[in-house]
Amino acid sequence: METSERLPQEHRKLFRERMNLGVWFKSGEPWVWLTATAVGTSIIAVLGLIGIIAVKGLAHFWPADVITFEYESELGEQQISGEVVQRERVPRAQFEESGAGRAIDISGDPTRLMIKSGNRRVNPPDFRWIYTHDITKQEKQQDLITFERLEWGNAYGTIVELRQDGNAVSTVNPWRELKKRIGRVVDLRRQAKSIQNRSIDRINYKLEKLRLKQRKRELQGNFNTSDLDWQREQLNQEYALREHELNDINVELDRDTVVIAIAGGRESVIPLKNIVRAWQPNAMNVFSKFGHYCASIWAFLSEGSREANTEGGVFPALFGTVLMVLLMSVLVTPFGVVAAVYLREYARQGVFVRLIRIAVNNLAGVPSIVYGVFGLGFFVYLVGGTIDSVFFQAAKPAPTFGTPGLIWASLTLALLTVPVVIVSTEEGLTRIPKSLREGSLALGATKAETLFKVVLPMASPSMLTGVILAIARAAGEVAPLMLVGVVKLAPTLPVDGNFPFLHLDRKFMHLGFHIYDVGYQSPNVDAARPLVFATALLLVIIIIVLNLTAITLRNRLEARYREAMN
Amino acid sequence: MTENSAPSESVIASPSGVRLAAKLVGSTDTRSPSELPADDVCLKVSNLALFYGSKQSLNEISMRIPRQRVTAVIGPSGCGKSTLIRCFNRMNDLIDGVSITGRIELNGLEIHDEDVDVAQLRRQVGMVFQRPNPFPKSVYENVAYGLRLAGKVPKSELDDRVEWGLKSAALWDEVHDRLNDSALGLSGGQQQRLVIARAIAVEPSVLLLDEPASALDPISTLKIEELIADLKTRYTIVIVTHNMQQAARVSDFTAFLYLGELIEFDSTLKIFTNPSESKTEDYVTGRYG
Repeated sequence: METSERLPQEHRKLFRERMNLGVWFKSGEPWVWLTATAVGTSIIAVLGLIGIIAVKGLAHFWPADVITFEYESELGEQQISGEVVQRERVPRAQFEESGAGRAIDISGDPTRLMIKSGNRRVNPPDFRWIYTHDITKQEKQQDLITFERLEWGNAYGTIVELRQDGNAVSTVNPWRELKKRIGRVVDLRRQAKSIQNRSIDRINYKLEKLRLKQRKRELQGNFNTSDLDWQREQLNQEYALREHELNDINVELDRDTVVIAIAGGRESVIPLKNIVRAWQPNAMNVFSKFGHYCASIWAFLSEGSREANTEGGVFPALFGTVLMVLLMSVLVTPFGVVAAVYLREYARQGVFVRLIRIAVNNLAGVPSIVYGVFGLGFFVYLVGGTIDSVFFQAAKPAPTFGTPGLIWASLTLALLTVPVVIVSTEEGLTRIPKSLREGSLALGATKAETLFKVVLPMASPSMLTGVILAIARAAGEVAPLMLVGVVKLAPTLPVDGNFPFLHLDRKFMHLGFHIYDVGYQSPNVDAARPLVFATALLLVIIIIVLNLTAITLRNRLEARYREAMN
Repeated sequence: MTENSAPSESVIASPSGVRLAAKLVGSTDTRSPSELPADDVCLKVSNLALFYGSKQSLNEISMRIPRQRVTAVIGPSGCGKSTLIRCFNRMNDLIDGVSITGRIELNGLEIHDEDVDVAQLRRQVGMVFQRPNPFPKSVYENVAYGLRLAGKVPKSELDDRVEWGLKSAALWDEVHDRLNDSALGLSGGQQQRLVIARAIAVEPSVLLLDEPASALDPISTLKIEELIADLKTRYTIVIVTHNMQQAARVSDFTAFLYLGELIEFDSTLKIFTNPSESKTEDYVTGRYG
């Protein structure tokens, strides 16, 4: 009984103590809350960023249902088939002010849908808004087919008839027959591509080599070209042969067409050679949709882009980015490490070295576009121009190295990232215990031997840390690259089957620039938008993968040397 | 310097001090180092002075370190013990701003001569440091390190010499089945013996030990001391220690350094029983330090 009487008093006392702000502040608890909030906000920001990119980018590949809408508009009754790509509410005031919509008999804000209706050639535009209150009927036709085309974007429709050489093909199951014939076209296209890449490109490359050889001789005053002419004759003959083969394939490709009925009662003829893939989204179950989804992602990763980068894949850009980053790492690591070794191990520590160190640190803060300008002026024009006039006289006036290219982009980025490698290597070198250096020297090792056998291996985790930071910075860099080698569309990859296989002088594509190009320079913004997210996601993933590889390597090295560091 | 020096104090204080000291002190060599014939002198130091910048750390030190004996260098912290022995393999060259005057002769040859290869000198004068400093490599590679530096050695010979080094350092039995494991996995005492093995594998003539047992437990310390007793038949050993019992146990001769000056250098027995200088007596009896 006594305790229950005392309790309220105790509570009051406790409450007073809790409410005493002074005590609360002294306890350090606000500080804990503040720091925890900062961490939480950062995590939410990062996860949110990646989440939005991932959702928007990955959703693009899911085979969306194609819905057939009937709706009222100023032009009367309309019918359209397409994928719903966006749904948004329009504030009523804005809706009424615009005057675009018809009078409505609903309360509240109207909702509109963005429909990707495809069929850009026969029924433009391929993206259009419709208000939900205008819709009178919507259905999913089971036999509706989505065609992914090489040109003109997607088409949606149902098969009317299949034609071979202009004559209708009679078949019980037109869909199955269509898929079979698309398979044939895909094979033929592959053959054509292989002839193009393996033979025709190679012959062109050799012909160009011959031309340069001849030009070189002419420059030396030697006009005897009989042997070259003979070789050229051989190549031209082979070329004609290959061209003939290619023509045969093209004739075969032209054989089939399909006539489809599109919404609104019109028909459209699609040549099969123009079809990449076709599927019936409304008839697919979850598993076949998932299979299609994976195939789409693979196509995105492994194919080149089409239609001014608004369609197709990003393989050339992916390849270019990874190759450029690897090349940059190969260039920057030895250079940065050697510079750091000199600064830390050999240079007399004094004012001059301190100044150099400050300069190196400041170099890391120079805006990257400045490096781009420097790379263009120094690497491309000066170094590249000199290389051209010394080694590639025959190719002039066309520049070989005196034009933006892979090697100059890699060098420019190497220069951009060398400060971080120097700084972290130096840090690593200072952390090597003196006792180990002395132990090595006391055994009769010279300074260089000590450096190579004890110090540098132990500093390798720090070097890798530098490389990790360099990669993280370089892979995301776009501005300087636009000046020194990245292009919107590169006709060839920098690696191919022609000697010397790695063509450092070629221009290349880059994911970062690709994002910019697709997002801001695209003629078809609505079609390109999902690709921006997908490409951005890919770039983030690549940077994460490259970083994780380096981090794993570093952690393994660090584990090996950890105990010796104490 | 109180508890450690307690027994030494009793040595001096007791009437039977000399007898007790004979038991305590490892050696009974009572000759003074200055009386040694020239042949028995391994390192001859004359008028050695060392400056860190303008600060003098060693002042006019002259001593004759006898061949194949253990010489201990004792003295309070900061008196220049380590600095002195680091002169013998020119480790002080590595420190900026150090200047040295005077002579140090190793087997009659001046080590500061211009034509002396420092790496070669350090191969002759091995050194073991206060804290075990094995390289982050395997046990085998640690011992082979110095051997590989000397030039290309056939694998079989390398194996033999690594084994010999480890056996000499009384470590073979403990590590022969894990030669390829990281040396950092060994215990502190094992690491220190590994470092000794590493030093003697290159067959130096002098072994400098800079407080080799100060970071070790008593049992490891005992092993190191036994090892020193074994090794002195083959090497000239100079050991720096701040533990006077240890100096008394392992050494034949003892040098007492105080504030950069060599106060007294004599047989260990004499230093611990009947020192000539009062400073020495004060130090070994624990009156200051």
